[in-house]
Amino acid sequence: MKIVVCVKHVPDAQADRTITPDGLTDRVGVDGLLSELDEYAVEEALAIAETHDGEVVVLTMGPEGAAAAVRRSLQMGAHAGVHVQDEALAGSDAPATSLVLAAAITKIGQDGQVDLVLTGMASTDGSMGVVPAMVAERLGLPQVTFASEVTVDGGSVTIRRDGDTSTETIKAALPALVSVTDQINEPRYPSFKGIMAAKKKPVQTWSVADLGVDPAVVGLSAAWTSVGAVTARPPRQAGHVVEDSGDGGLRLAEFLVSHKLV
Amino acid sequence: MTEVLVLVDHVDGAVRKTTSELLTIARRLGEPSAVFVGSGYDAAAGVLAEFGAAKVYRVEEPDVARFLVAPTAEALAQLVGSVAPAAVLIASGAEGNEVAARLAVKTSSGLVTDAVDVQPGDAGPVTTQSAFAGAYSVTATITTGTPIITVKPNSATPQASPTTPVDEQVSVTLSNAARAAEVTARTPRAKSGRPELTEAAIVVSGGRGTNGDFTAVETFADTLGAAVGASRAAVDAGWYPHANQVGQTGKTVSPQLYVAAGISGAIQHRAGMQTSKTIVAVNKDAEAPIFELVDFGVVGDLFTVLAQASDAVAKARD
Repeated sequence: MKIVVCVKHVPDAQADRTITPDGLTDRVGVDGLLSELDEYAVEEALAIAETHDGEVVVLTMGPEGAAAAVRRSLQMGAHAGVHVQDEALAGSDAPATSLVLAAAITKIGQDGQVDLVLTGMASTDGSMGVVPAMVAERLGLPQVTFASEVTVDGGSVTIRRDGDTSTETIKAALPALVSVTDQINEPRYPSFKGIMAAKKKPVQTWSVADLGVDPAVVGLSAAWTSVGAVTARPPRQAGHVVEDSGDGGLRLAEFLVSHKLV
Repeated sequence: MTEVLVLVDHVDGAVRKTTSELLTIARRLGEPSAVFVGSGYDAAAGVLAEFGAAKVYRVEEPDVARFLVAPTAEALAQLVGSVAPAAVLIASGAEGNEVAARLAVKTSSGLVTDAVDVQPGDAGPVTTQSAFAGAYSVTATITTGTPIITVKPNSATPQASPTTPVDEQVSVTLSNAARAAEVTARTPRAKSGRPELTEAAIVVSGGRGTNGDFTAVETFADTLGAAVGASRAAVDAGWYPHANQVGQTGKTVSPQLYVAAGISGAIQHRAGMQTSKTIVAVNKDAEAPIFELVDFGVVGDLFTVLAQASDAVAKARD
């Protein structure tokens, strides 16, 4: 079984994340890392591969620094990596990103069919959560998304999806695209052995041309949306904090009543 | 006036509040046409008329509900092709964002997700989004295709504008690809009797500080008529269902009042509640980062503080 995991290198949410004058996420002036939510997808891929004698290929798109996300996934245990890197890709929106990922998955499938594409539920920077559905749409794969539980059995995959109003069981034939939530597993930490082994694992770097994608349809200038004003939200005014000395609840109630909140 | 398509968010015809908000927003941009997919239309018709739907497109293909996301996107794509609307508005959420994602690719249209405001502009709708856990506010326009926008709950105050909608049956042709991911079982979530988290005007959330006992949080919530939320720590510990999680990997809420009880206020939690109008916290730890956000905070034991506050609020109402 061949599994491709799509991962993203994102600015660390614990650091001060900023937006460039072009309205893009600043990926240079900040520490980056493998998006936390993608670790769940890597873990799930490894678990499935262990049971089904599979191979896990980790795929990322991003600038040079994004190689760190591939490396981390290899350290966790993925077998090979693909890094799509091209200046033309800077500022790509979700539709362009999905186009490139779909093309890369197709190319990975040229030497052995891809049975499963795994992703996280969303990135921790853009956090739209739409790229998995778009990749499925472009590849014509069944979309089996927001899985809190995944079972791969013979030629099919079954998931549990905890929706807003109900819990659903969803089944699709392979090949399929599955996105997983942070409820699904506990991602492993790379072991020392894993870190050493990762150094010898193959990583290919592909350009847009390698994928047969026209550079004119990706990047900021080809985006289907345009960012207008970017305003840093003023920090919230420091409020009134009181120590409870027996009347904390009364003072809380007083605040709520006097501000007509209850 | 140009039509603006609004995908009706409903469960068997029970229309969720976000739909009346979307219809209100749609009226700023053009003439609202509701798109009702699935069964139960009779129960929904009244709300759609009340909030100004001039037209309703009814897609009653039973297979739509049997398969995940893709059929709804196909139905909408066919309508976008025949109606050429000024915009398509969809309620934010896992399902809404995914329908929008597929629709965007199918129709080669720009997509904005999780807008907190949509206003008319010279070059089509201008959206406002909240980025990086609410640290930035970003406006955008859609430059290609039909603007497709998912809108967060509580982004507009629903305003009634009664109409007598013309309703039109729409037959859609579903591809085999749209029938690929089958919903083989669906268990509706047990009703708590409380308002829905993302729609509630008041949310009371509990975290690690509850030590697994949500009684005080629930009692206070019920006194205020509020929804109950939980931090990731509380959900991960198995104390409260994931459906109630507020934060980056749970729900984003933007109520009039948010009460955080025993929640430290990690960035992941802030991402889900930072745009609340008024924030109140109770926490034992005076150094908890949540206190940087609050309008009013109490450093103390949440059980005694909330119990006392519940009584006092109840009394103040008498």
